[in-house]
Order: sequence, then structure tokens, then C-alpha cells
Amino acid sequence: MSVSEGLRATITRAKRNDLIFVGLGIAALLFAASTFVALFLDMVGDGMSRLNPGFFTEFASRRAERAGILAAWVGTFAVMIVTALVAVPIGVASGIYLEEYAPKNKMTALIEININNLAGVPSIVYGLLALGLFVHTFGLGASVQTAGLTLALLILPVVIVATREAIRAVPGSIREAAYALGATRWQMVSDHVLPYSMPGILTGVIIGLSRAIGETAPIVTIGAVTFIAFLPPAPVTSSPPFLNFDWLSSPFTAMPIQIFNWTSRPEEAFQANASAAALVLVVMTLLMNAIAIWLRYRLRRNLNW
Amino acid sequence: MSQAPIAGRLAYRRSRHIREQIIEWLLLSSALVAVATTVGIVFILVKESLVFFGQVSIIDFLTDSQWTPLFSDPHFGIWVLLSGTLTSSAIALCVAIPVGTTLAIYLSEFASARVRETAKPILELLAGIPTIVFGYFALFFVTPLLKIIYPELPGFNLLSAGLVMGVMIVPYISSISEDAMRAVPMSLREGAYAMGATRLQVALNVVVPAAFSGLAAAYILGISRAVGETMIVAVAAGMQPNLTFNPTDQAATITAYIVQVAKGDLPHGSVGYQTIFAAGLTLFLLTLVFNLMGYFLRKRFREEY
Repeated sequence: MSVSEGLRATITRAKRNDLIFVGLGIAALLFAASTFVALFLDMVGDGMSRLNPGFFTEFASRRAERAGILAAWVGTFAVMIVTALVAVPIGVASGIYLEEYAPKNKMTALIEININNLAGVPSIVYGLLALGLFVHTFGLGASVQTAGLTLALLILPVVIVATREAIRAVPGSIREAAYALGATRWQMVSDHVLPYSMPGILTGVIIGLSRAIGETAPIVTIGAVTFIAFLPPAPVTSSPPFLNFDWLSSPFTAMPIQIFNWTSRPEEAFQANASAAALVLVVMTLLMNAIAIWLRYRLRRNLNW
Repeated sequence: MSQAPIAGRLAYRRSRHIREQIIEWLLLSSALVAVATTVGIVFILVKESLVFFGQVSIIDFLTDSQWTPLFSDPHFGIWVLLSGTLTSSAIALCVAIPVGTTLAIYLSEFASARVRETAKPILELLAGIPTIVFGYFALFFVTPLLKIIYPELPGFNLLSAGLVMGVMIVPYISSISEDAMRAVPMSLREGAYAMGATRLQVALNVVVPAAFSGLAAAYILGISRAVGETMIVAVAAGMQPNLTFNPTDQAATITAYIVQVAKGDLPHGSVGYQTIFAAGLTLFLLTLVFNLMGYFLRKRFREEY
């Protein structure tokens, strides 16, 4: 009698612990979600009043209520163009090499361990690399191109890893079919593997860029100016040759730098500006992330090998 | 049979072969950019640090209890900055490890597919928020909140920066841990269930031990993340070097110091300029150790089953 009672008590206790843990798990989930909500509401509460059209079309100013983020968002946009133009070709090419070409040798192992380590290097160290190499050794200055290159190196591991995963998901039979018809390795890659893995690669590129857009530490380290009341020169001109690359070497400011600058000012009025700009930045990154998540979701649903 | 078509075909094959070779070389050189980046980082950090250690002895660097590089009587004790880094990271891990692990166990072993499909994108969005925005949140939301409980808390403090940093790392730890736990084969769980174990008993006594190296990797990579985090501490923990392990104090971390110096206009080649590279080298070595440990542990859990 007492044995079965003891057993029953044990079972009851085990089941109760099980339920308690479910509660803990839900609490942890709610904790993460509520931080997200609090962060968002806090920014909306502080910054919504500053979000009017003028905020996007005015330069930074010494008077908080007249300051805007024109130079910041244009600068961010220009830097992102450079970052994408550098990181995407190099990242995708590295991914292709490692998945389709690389022999299993010491060199490949070295590259792999490097990419893994680079993914974990603190972003500020990339800033120091850029300061020592791009700014002072190559003499590129604290310009759009320096920032673009720095952020490109920073997101390179993200693009490479995403490319590799996308390529690995393409079944071997596709490759064999291409080879059977006499395709060379590159023809097989460019005509078959790449088109199939494009959505996956695109997801990785967007996630990488959304990380780059919010990175502050490296571009503060290269010495980006915080107070800028002009825009980089336009890339397109009305006279031949119609293209102008001066914007690459122009000084710039960017969204995160503007936020950092406003956050570190003592006046409360600038705090509202900081939260309005932070809200704009968060919406930008969330949109990019949402597009990436949606792309991946569609991809998973539509592909049945 | 005429000679011409055969010669033409041979020439075509040769040119095709050459083109393939060129493409392979281009792809390989892209992959080597990752290696070049690491070499560049090490080269720049070591080069500037060597100049620095030419003027400051390494023993002073490791044992001095003051960090006043810009004073007329300069002291260079890295422990002052390291104490801030270690304290804020420890606070962050006190939040991130329990919450992240609970979340991972819940999502991997308890949650229904639908909960998992909703929770994971939310966590990804949380991970995508720029750190400067988290910094703003720590300074203007969490610190005032903590002041309600503990009124003497200074405006800048390690506690609020560490707590927010912990929340930032949660998605990171939970996603790596969950991957590790899902890699545990179903048969192990089924064996335990057949013996009458509850879900919690299976999770804690079977899955967690089996996925241990993966969990350890998640924690170690989390530490590396916390140590290298810059903007949250730069905004919310203050910029005053302070040898302290008290969470309610303000103190500069290694990363915050680099930001602070880089924001000002230090002449290239001065001792102040070189200190940030010495600080950066310390940071790089610290994270390198953690990253390599994490890399090998992760590789192990992938290969185990």
C-alpha cells in the first residue's frame, strides 16, 4: 500500500515539476518579448513628437527642435551601397569556392577557421583595423569608402555562411545532371547551383546589411564626424561623363553616430531627437529582417526536392 | 577527315580550360580575403602595440592600478579597464545564461511547432536591434527604472548596461543551445520516455548532458560577445576609468575607452593614439581564446552523433 502511495507521490511531484518548467519557459519567452515591447514603446513615447517630415529634411543643428537627420540617413545609405558592392561579390565568391571548389586540405581548413573567428571578432576591432590601415596607411580618410569597406569586412562572414548554407541545400543530383550534359564546373555553378540558392543568399545579404546599418563602434573609431551640414556630392551629374565618384571620399555621418551624439548630450531636448532617430533606425533594421525572415519562410515552403 | 575542325575543337577546349582556371583563381582569392583580414587585424594591432610597449613596460601595463594615459603623469594599468569589462560581462551572463538556456530547453523540448515558429522570428528580431539603440534603452529606460528600487544609483552604472547586454545576448545563446539540443537523436529521448520519464526529466537528464558541448559553446560565444560589446557600455556605463567590481559604480570598459579616445582628435602617432591599439590587442586576444574554444566545442557536438 505505502509503496504505491510513494510511487504516486513521486509521479505527482515529477508532473508538477514538469508544469513548473513550462511556466518558466513561457516566462522566459515573455521576458524577451516584453523587453522588445518596452524598448519600442519607450522610443515611440519619447520620440514620436519629433517625427515630422522636417526631421528627415533638416541637417543637425545646435537647437534640438530644429535638428534633423538628413545628413545621417543619406550618409547611411551611401555607406550601405559601398558595403553591399564590396561584401556581396567577395562573400558569395568565397562561399562558392568553399562549397564547390575547395579541396580538403590545410589551406581550406585555415580559411574556414578564419571565417569562424572573424564572425566573433568584436566590431570595434574592425574599427581599429580601419583606423590603422584604411585611414592612416592607405590615406582614405574618415570617408564614405572607408566606412563602407570596414562594414563590408565586418559582414563578410555573415554573407559567406549564408551562401554556403544555401549552396549546400542544393541536391547533388542537380550537379550530376549538369555534368552529365558536359557542363564545366563553373557552368554547373553559375547556371544551376547559383539560381537555386539565390533566395538563401539574398536572405543572408539582407541580414548582413541590417547588421551593418546599425553598427556604431567601427565607424566611430575611424573618426566619422558627428556634425555635418552638407551632403556628399551627387553620384550623377548633368554634364559628361555623367558619373561622379567624389561621394566616395566625402566625409559623412550616419544614423547610429547621430543617435550616439544626441544620446551623449546633457540637454533633455536632444534625448527626444535621439529616440526619434533610434525609432527610424530600428524600423529600418526590423523591415530588413522581416523581409529576410519572410524570404526564408517562402523558400522553405516552395522547395520540395 | 580534315584537320581544321579537330584543331578548332581543341582550341575551344583549351580556352575553356583556361577560363575555368581563371575563375577558380578568382574564387580562391575572394576566399583569401578572410585570411587577409585576420592578418591585417593582427598586423595593425601588433605594430601599434609594439610602439606602445616600447614606451610602457608590459609589467606596468598588467600590474598598475591606474589608467590615466592622457594625464601629465600617465599610468597604463589595463586592469582598470578590464575590471569594467569583466563586471559588465558577468552581469550580462547572469541574465543571459539562465534565460537563454531555459528558453532553449523550452523551445526544443516542450513548445509546440506553432509556438516555436512564432517565437523564433521574434527572438531573431530582438537579436537584430542595433546595439546603440539598446544603449539608449539602458540609459533612459532601465537606469531610471532601477533608480526607483535603488535611489542612490548613479546615472551611469555597470548594472543597467550589463542587464541590457544580457537581454541582447539571450537570443544568441538560445539559438546555439537549441541547435545543439535538436541535434540529439530522437532515440535517446524515446529510451527515456519508455522508462517513464517526464519531459523535464528527459530534458535535464538526457538531452542537456548529451548536448553539453554545444551548450558550453553557446556560453563561451556569449562571453565573447559580452566582452566585445561596445555601444551599450559606452552609452550607459560611463567613460570614467575606475578599478571596481561593484555593479552600481560607473566604469569604463576596454571598448568604451577606445570609443572615447577615437571620438576625440588624438594626433596620429601619440601615446594616447597607441593606447587604443594596445587595449584593442588585449580585447582581440581575449575574444580569440573564447572564439577558438567555442569553435572546437561546436565542431564536437556536430560530429558526435
